Amino acid sequence: MKPIWNETKEYDLKSGKYVKIWQGPQHPGVTGNMSLELLLEGDEIKLLKTHVGYLHRGFEKLMERRKFINCFPIVCRICVPEPDTNEYLFAAAVEELSGIEIPERAKWIRTLNLEMARLGATVMGLGGQAGSFGLGTIGQWAVAHRDFLLDSFEELTGGRIYHMYIVPGGVRYEIPDGFEGRLEKTLVKIEKLLSDIDKVMFNNAVFKSRSKGLARIPKDWIEPFGINGTTARASGVSYDVRKDHPYLIYDQLDFNVITGTEGDVYERVLLRKEECHLSINLIRQILAKMPKSGPVRTFIPDILHWKIPAGETYVRAESGRGEYGYYMVTDGSEYPRRVHVKGPSYTHAMSLLETLAEGNTNADIFGIMVSLQTYPPEIER
Amino acid sequence: MKELIERLRSKFNAKNIKEQRKNFVFITVEKKDLEGCVLYLKEFEGYGHLTLLTALDWIEKDQFELVYHLHNYSNKTDVSVKTFIARKNPTMVSINNLWAGANVYEREIKELFGIDFPGCPRVNDSFALEGWQDIPPMRRDFDTKKYSEETYFPRPGRYTKDNIAQMEEQLYPVEAEVKNGIAETVRKK
Repeated sequence: MKPIWNETKEYDLKSGKYVKIWQGPQHPGVTGNMSLELLLEGDEIKLLKTHVGYLHRGFEKLMERRKFINCFPIVCRICVPEPDTNEYLFAAAVEELSGIEIPERAKWIRTLNLEMARLGATVMGLGGQAGSFGLGTIGQWAVAHRDFLLDSFEELTGGRIYHMYIVPGGVRYEIPDGFEGRLEKTLVKIEKLLSDIDKVMFNNAVFKSRSKGLARIPKDWIEPFGINGTTARASGVSYDVRKDHPYLIYDQLDFNVITGTEGDVYERVLLRKEECHLSINLIRQILAKMPKSGPVRTFIPDILHWKIPAGETYVRAESGRGEYGYYMVTDGSEYPRRVHVKGPSYTHAMSLLETLAEGNTNADIFGIMVSLQTYPPEIER
Repeated sequence: MKELIERLRSKFNAKNIKEQRKNFVFITVEKKDLEGCVLYLKEFEGYGHLTLLTALDWIEKDQFELVYHLHNYSNKTDVSVKTFIARKNPTMVSINNLWAGANVYEREIKELFGIDFPGCPRVNDSFALEGWQDIPPMRRDFDTKKYSEETYFPRPGRYTKDNIAQMEEQLYPVEAEVKNGIAETVRKK
């Protein structure tokens, strides 16, 4: 096994033995805008450095100058495929610091919204993973099926990509009439898609031979690198925020944490497909158990002159890619003093990818990168 | 949790102990005790997961605050260890030898707050801001509005500030130039 801490080796570029190439930030295989500086010997990667900073918008700094309610259009832009986790966490931190209790039905609707977002992001992530190994058709299917979910989001929240539906004190609107039936139709379509993906991708000899045994993460790397989410569960660590730190109404739902054993790319992708089935199952449970009537929003103070008492907290939730966390500090004024966003792939994309890439080939690097679910906006908030 | 707090209080002189939730506590230690405290929590108490490492700028107290948030997988508890360092020539001991993933956090804090971590690999490489010349941008005395006004400039279409005149300029450029005299204003600049 390779050592965790990389030794710094010097490579003589003038010897003609090595070649240095840059991939990204406009490369189609790179998720988001980041670039990889690769040092190759033949086709084998000797050294990888990741570079971020191509979409630095300074979310955390922007939030220091804005009132609490003005931060809502900012937080959802930190994660484009799955903005609801950010909205929920910001709202949860504000509610915890100001001591607001939200109504029971709002908790159920929030959970429904979060699970729908997880499902959409995970389905699209499966498509991206297939695309990184040359199975472009699955990418088209996945994006098309995510679009059905976006239609459901539009019906529920009014927005397709950024919803801004979860606000402090509850959720913005009531669920529309007949929404459950239409969502169920979408879920059936996605289940059919997952069985198709099972046939075309997971039983595909090319995909199997390329991804099995690739970029294996041993179990004892989980803690040094701070790995979480499906990446950690694929290596056999049974840690899921929904089970271990139940938030909203996850303690009333019936589910098990899915874990793997191998920790290679194939296992990580397989786990993501299982997560899709789990999300569909949870959405059905929520729709069946949800209280049918009740308020969805509680009273909150005047949002434009809302002073929150001084304090600090850390809240976390399980997003499609792992543990998302918000660390918020307030100083008694109308503005947050500091908001730190801890995205799930923060260390995955930098130190872990740099360590894993060594010794693999140039063709596999995007498969490894997508399987770690890297996402640049949460690295350079 | 109670016993753990007692042990931290006697071993590392932990102060400002605040139990945020029943499985989550904030403690503050001196700068010299910090590395020993996180090492003790990691090796002997099972807090092996570094959830986050971040900094805060308390400009009114002339101090930086560093927050090390640790998580224990087995008993599902969190400890947030905080320390204060002086704002002038800030330096902190690197914990890169304890967590392989910590150097990313330290590189980011070096760039955004200007806190140095001697011994951390690649800590002087730029992280998100390549070629940054100004003071570290996450400090409280960095004025974002002033920076953007100095760095970026209003687009030429907004010189008139009048919607009707601007549409006329776009749709009927020659007539609008004659009528509003935009030609002189824009081309002289």
